[in-house]
Amino acid sequence: MVDLSVDLGGGHRLPNPLMTASGCAANGRELHRFFDVADLGAFVTKSVMADPRSGRGTPRMAETPSGMLNSIGLQGPGIEAFVDEDLPWLQSVGARVLPSIAGSSSTEYAHVAATLRASRAFDAVIGVEVNISCPNVANRGLVFACDPLASAKVIALVREQLPRDIPVFAKLSPDVTDITAIAAACVKAGADGLTMINTLLGMVIDTDRMRPQLGGVTGGLSGPGIRPVAVRAIWQVRQAMFEGRIPTVPIIGVGGVRTGRDALELVAAGASAIQVGTAVFNDPSAPVRVLRELCELLDAKGFERFTDAVAVAHGR
Amino acid sequence: MSERQLRARVTQEVAEVIATRRVGAYQHLTLVAPGVAELARPGQFVALAVGGETSGTLLRRSFSIHKVSPSGTYGGTVEIVVSAVGTGTRWIVDRAPHDTIDVVGPLGKAFPLPTDPVACVLVGGGYGSAPLFWLAAELRERGCHVEMVLGAASEDRLFGVVEARRSCDGVTVTTDDGSAGQQGWVSDPLPEIIERTKAGVVYGCGPMGMLESITRVAQAHDAVAQVAVEESMACGVGVCMTCVMPVVGSDGRTRMVRSCVEGPVFRGDRVRWDAFDGGHARVPDDAVGAPKVGGH
Repeated sequence: MVDLSVDLGGGHRLPNPLMTASGCAANGRELHRFFDVADLGAFVTKSVMADPRSGRGTPRMAETPSGMLNSIGLQGPGIEAFVDEDLPWLQSVGARVLPSIAGSSSTEYAHVAATLRASRAFDAVIGVEVNISCPNVANRGLVFACDPLASAKVIALVREQLPRDIPVFAKLSPDVTDITAIAAACVKAGADGLTMINTLLGMVIDTDRMRPQLGGVTGGLSGPGIRPVAVRAIWQVRQAMFEGRIPTVPIIGVGGVRTGRDALELVAAGASAIQVGTAVFNDPSAPVRVLRELCELLDAKGFERFTDAVAVAHGR
Repeated sequence: MSERQLRARVTQEVAEVIATRRVGAYQHLTLVAPGVAELARPGQFVALAVGGETSGTLLRRSFSIHKVSPSGTYGGTVEIVVSAVGTGTRWIVDRAPHDTIDVVGPLGKAFPLPTDPVACVLVGGGYGSAPLFWLAAELRERGCHVEMVLGAASEDRLFGVVEARRSCDGVTVTTDDGSAGQQGWVSDPLPEIIERTKAGVVYGCGPMGMLESITRVAQAHDAVAQVAVEESMACGVGVCMTCVMPVVGSDGRTRMVRSCVEGPVFRGDRVRWDAFDGGHARVPDDAVGAPKVGGH
């Protein structure tokens, strides 16, 4: 039997490396009808901001080859409702939670992190993922994740709000010239780990109506079609860590994982944990299925510990 | 309700197609899905995966349940009616007997049933009528007088006229081109039927524009409209947030709610029809968390 446990920082040993991906699993109740969310290494919640948000109008999605484009607009209940209702529920079923937080200014991120820390169910939190792929109102809507200074500022402010034993993960966008520069800025600012990758910006035109198909015009591309981009990004950042250009921190791999083989690909590139996102729309029990398949694959390949497979493709 | 019961209310199963036949412009499929058949209620739907586990068409296609037979010869079966309009639905209608399809269901909220035996009018547009026959049977079991209005663009796009005559106390057919029944829309004969039968509830299923007009007619004649919407969905299970529409809650406030978990059946007078344009919904300015000027 393969030892699947993994430590992503803060002394929280997770029983396995499988997680949901933010925005692809709501906040737990829906998928708990299909599998026990406490069976996952961690449950990653939908990015939450300070106030309730309606999100955008419809259409919000377009199907693409082996994937989809979405433009939800960060619909959510706001951090107060999240800590009053969603987080206590996740705690009540024994889930380990990696909340994803978002903001349209660096102070909003800090406020959301502080409210989270003060919540009565904070014991269920094993880390915080910072979704920096949000438009920065103070900089003409340029997303934080495309600017190393803006990313660093958000991470530093969030880091200040949280206890040391709660690792902070910066979720990076692949839509940048050099992802290692953004990764370095985040780690230097206090990120204890990185989540890679967020969606790629894309667009679909409805050729019947001859206009953009999404209400929000552009949207985030996800699904198996983007997996090679995730593998490349994880590889590059891990390589930079090996070369000493970035301090070594754990990487949570996400992007197009549908099977255990896909997960292993991200792991071999350097990921210490795996999130399953869009595949859930196809198969609601995908996270636990991928975990089972990954475990079988590691066993078949003779790995005794999951952690022995992390970044194994480097130097081969 | 205990956690276990809550988790048992939906199931995912690999269903065998045991029958498939052409009905007018549509395909009628019978699937062996005992788990779904056991749990489903009229108005609920199933979400079907397209093309097997390595398919590049990732998103599920949702269909209202036409009929269930929990203890059929093959085990429980579920029937759906499919209109092949794109790659996903085309794949589904191309399935032959003994092929399998991955099915998740039953999903969404069922049609609420009246506690008293009031008269009801059931209105279906195109293959939107699919769930209404099952509903009609349940209503008549409760002693309700049930009439049905079936409408479509043309005769080949009507679904279930013969079945309607069998399962209802009265049937009216309308087509846009007059190829069957009376020429016009389902909303044309509706006022007379509501008045004559003193109907308390109008159930509707079909395109948004039709549901809006049913709601308007029902309100004008003091009947409650219960409408099942056909929003496009990516997952069907409540996690993708794409099938939202603006609906007024019991607190009087409008929210963008998921039609897959809070619907697909809504009280017609709760839906913000004013926010729809060409089938798409914008966020009303007074909705909870609506974008502010200069904000996101």
